[in-house]
Order: sequence, then C-alpha cells, then structure tokens
Amino acid sequence: MGTGRKANIEDITPNIRPAPGGRPDPAAAPISRRNWKRILNLRPARIYEAVVFLFFRLCAAVILIALLAILFQIMRYGGSRISWEFLSQPPREGMLAGGILSPLMGTLAVSLITILFSLPFGVATGIYLSEYASQGRITWLVRLCIRNLAGVPSIVYGLFGVALFVRALHFGTSILSAGLTLGLLTLPVIITASEEALRAIPSSYREGALALGATRWYTIRTNVLPYAVPGILTGVILGIARAAGETAPILFTGAAFFLPSMPRSIWDQFMALPYHLYILATQHQSIEDARPVAYATALVLVSLVLALNSVAILIRLRFRRNMERP
Amino acid sequence: MMRSASREALIHYSFAAAALFAVGILAGIFLLLLTEGFPVFRHVSVSQFFSWNWNPNAYGQPEYGILAQMLGTIMVTVGALVFSIPIGIGAAAYLSEIAAPRTREVIKPLVELLAGVPSVVIGFLGIVVTGPWLARSTGASNGLNALNGSLLLGLMSLPTIVTLTEDALRAVPAEFKAASLALGANRLQTLVRVTIPSAATGVIAACMLGMGRAVGETMTVLMATGNALAPPSGFLDSVRTMTATVAIELGEVPFGTAHYHALFVIGFVLFVFTFVVNSVSDLVLLRFQRKMQG
Repeated sequence: MGTGRKANIEDITPNIRPAPGGRPDPAAAPISRRNWKRILNLRPARIYEAVVFLFFRLCAAVILIALLAILFQIMRYGGSRISWEFLSQPPREGMLAGGILSPLMGTLAVSLITILFSLPFGVATGIYLSEYASQGRITWLVRLCIRNLAGVPSIVYGLFGVALFVRALHFGTSILSAGLTLGLLTLPVIITASEEALRAIPSSYREGALALGATRWYTIRTNVLPYAVPGILTGVILGIARAAGETAPILFTGAAFFLPSMPRSIWDQFMALPYHLYILATQHQSIEDARPVAYATALVLVSLVLALNSVAILIRLRFRRNMERP
Repeated sequence: MMRSASREALIHYSFAAAALFAVGILAGIFLLLLTEGFPVFRHVSVSQFFSWNWNPNAYGQPEYGILAQMLGTIMVTVGALVFSIPIGIGAAAYLSEIAAPRTREVIKPLVELLAGVPSVVIGFLGIVVTGPWLARSTGASNGLNALNGSLLLGLMSLPTIVTLTEDALRAVPAEFKAASLALGANRLQTLVRVTIPSAATGVIAACMLGMGRAVGETMTVLMATGNALAPPSGFLDSVRTMTATVAIELGEVPFGTAHYHALFVIGFVLFVFTFVVNSVSDLVLLRFQRKMQG
C-alpha cells in the first residue's frame, strides 16, 4: 500500500521532488491526520490542476460527442429511408415520394463546374506563391487577400454571384452561375492547399534539376509538381466537399425549388442536395410528412461531404508521412 | 536560348496573373457590393438606414433600418462565443498539453470533420432537435430563438478556434515550458502563466476568426433562430440576422429597386466587418509567428 502510494505521487509530480536526504520520505512515515494530505498530495495547486485538466478533457469530449450525436441522429431517423430507389429516382408527389436523383445530379453538375474553374486558377496561384514570388510586400498582400477570401461570408458570395454572373454577364440563374460562384468560394481552399503542398517539396528536388540546366518551368513541371499532386488533391477534395455542402451561394444563382426534369445544359436551373434539404426542412407545405425525407436527404448529404473530407484527410496523412521520410 | 527565356517569362507572368486574379476577386466583391448597394441612399438617408424598423414591403413608406438585424447578428455571435471560446481553448489545451500524440492524431481529424458538416444540416438539426429541446427546458414558447442560434453557431465555430488555438499553443518553444517546470511550477501553472500568455496573440486571432465564421454564417441562423423582425429583448426571443435577411429577401426582390440595393448594403456591411476581423487577426497571427521564431 505504501509503495503504491509512493508510485502514485511520483507519477503526478515529476517536477517537485524533496531533496535527497532532506526530509523523511512521507510515505514511510506513520500515517497521521497531518500527513494524509501530503501522502495523497492534496495541495490546493494539485487539486486545482486535476480539476482544470478534467475540464479540458471534457471540452474535447464535448466536441466529439457533438459530432457523434449529429451523425447518430441523422442515421437513426434517415437510415431506414435510404434505398436504391431513393438514390435513383427523382422526387415525386410533392417531394414526399420517389428519391433525390435530381438534386444529387444537380449537386454533381455544379461541383464539376466549380472544380473546372477553381482548379486551374487555384493551382496556378499556388505555384506562383510557392515557386515564383519573392517573399516581399506584394506576396504578403496576395496572401492576405486569399485568407480574406476564405473568410468572406457565403451569402456575400451569393450576392456577388447575382450581381456579376446572373446580371452583369447575363448567365442567368443557371448551373454555370452557381458553379462559378462556388468556384470563387473554393478558390482559397485550393490555393492554400497547393501552396502548402509545393512548399513541402524539399528544395534539393529543384536544385537538382536546375543544376542540370533545366529551366524553371521545366523543373517545376517534372521535379516539383508531380510530388505535390497528393497535397493538391487534398485541397481539391476539400474544396468540392465545401462547395457541395454550401447552400447560401446557390440560393439565387441557379438552385430551383423543384424541377420536373433534369437540367440539359449548363444554362439550365438545377436542384441541389443542400437546397433540397432546406426546402424540405422549412418550406414544405406539410412539414411533418417531409421530416423522414429531410432526414434521409441530410444523411446522403452528410455521407457525401464527410466521405470526401475523410478521403482528403487520409491522403494528407500519407502525403505528410512520405514527405517526412528522407 | 532567347526563345526559351521569353517563354519562361511568359509562364512566370501567367502565374502572377492568376495570383492577381485572386486579389481582383476580393476587390471585385468590394466594388460590386458598393456600386450595387450605394444607390439605396438615394431613397433613404443614412440615419434612416441605421434605425430599428425594417419593413421594405410596406405600402407607401417602406423602411430600411438594419439595427434590429445587426443586434440579432451581434447576439447570436456573442452567444456563440460564450460557448465556443472556453470550450475551444479547453479542448485545444487538452490536445496540445495533455493528450498523448496518438490520441491527438485521432481527435484532430475528427474536429476537422465537424467543420465539414454542412451548415444546412446543422440548421436542420436546430429545427428538429435543439429547438424543441430548448423550448422544453427553458419554457420559452418558441425554441427557434437567439439561444438556439448561439448554441449551433458556437458548435460551428469550435473547429476553427480549437485548430488555430492548438497551433498557437504548440508554437510556443519547449524551452519556455521546460524553464517553468524546472522552477517547480506544475503543468497547469505552466500552461496558465507561461504557455497561454506567450501564445496569447495567436489565441486571440483564433477566437477572432471563429467570430468571423459565426457572423457570416447564413443557413444555420436562417433555419434555427425564427427570423422575427422585431428587435429582440432577450436570448429567448426569435431574432433575424443580417445574413438571414439577405437569404430570405433576395429571391423575391425586383432588380434595381431600393429594396434590392438595401440588401447589397447589408452584404457590404457584412463584408467590411469580416474583412476587418480577418485582416486584424491575420496581422496579429503574423506578429505572433515572428515572435515565436525569435
């Protein structure tokens, strides 16, 4: 018992030790009322530390529990509704029957436009910031702008999309307008990921090619870019995940309440998964009947977005490990 | 040789153009919101705009006062931060000071996953889960109120605050902590008196970015706070935020009317606010990083 306590004290006080040969070992002394406190180490500072650390643990637990609760709730009420029919049929009978094929397709089509727009611009900006730019004021300004773009509220992107793509450029409310609006929104994600991925490439890769007389672009193309592909891919996937889940920017740039048929071109309006969920949750005429469909739609949306996020996180972990290896 | 050199220059400049394009978007958003929003002041005065009544569809004398919405936005944001700052800093302290490296490797991606949950899904759960629960437990007649919005926005700003605070705490050089521990301080004392003060600027920037996220959030508050236009008198009242107003009304408004322009001014106010918050926290973070690198 005595030794057990002693080990315990050592465990939690690695830094405060009595000087050797100084005071008698408290654990060896007979237990009296006075040194109980010392044996259990009940100094106020110690108790305080234990309580506060417990609070820190609880904080972390709250976040994990919230995530699990969200997933559990959606699976519990939405899971039974999921079937092949739900995924492969367009909505029917006031969206209460059938499935979610048209919103799903709409979201995929818009994400495609989004990525076609933001991938080239994003990667090019990333290459510039990592490979060409000198680390001066202009680069700092560009970075500041990019980080600010990431913080612009999504509804403001919606307003911008309406004013620029829908009105000024006469794209109308369409897949194109919505895709470009979401493209602007995902641009910072892709730029940041590309720049970080390129920076992680050791400079010896570049120096090797440059020393052999390769031009700068040739060096980037053959010795830098290929190794940064996993990192860039992470950014692209995270960007798509963000775009696929956004509702506010597409509210007025092309998403439709309900369409009887699938869109035929990028000039048509479309149904989108997140907007469909919004409609089912708030705008439907019989809200209670729509609840199960709303849960199932939420389940599909969350699965899609979180699957993309998980893939991105896994790629990044592998990429980081590969880069750390010399 | 010359051909190759000019080609290289061309490639260089096209990449620079792409980077400038990113700057151009930010400037473009600013200018477009300004030019689309500013004409509203031909219809209403600035003081009318900063008044309490928002009634754009009134017959005869429409009113465009945005103060009630501003108050709504401020309330849900402050409410969100009351939850998310202590919990966020606590969780970050756990991740950086207590958790084993292996545990941290598992928890950090999960926190990022929480950030990935679409806001419309959080809003939906606000309607079907937290709203009714709040109504039951507080006795409020309507669970879709400022408190509900605060709770959900707090949850949504947590990943930002946790991730950035943890980065800041871990950027503090190990020597600082070692010196404190060697002087006999315990781990909590070291954290509170040494690590957090050294990382203070980084932690503040993290909280500011969390705030920016909460202010700009649209779908969650649109769905979960009830959207009443009357100025709220407490957290159990239904509120409408600036973002929600734009989301509700932009769909119905005819192009070029005072109402249309007024919505762009709201967007402009949101943009300027988040711009200031982001720029300041960016500068603060930059100084912090310089300081930590010595």
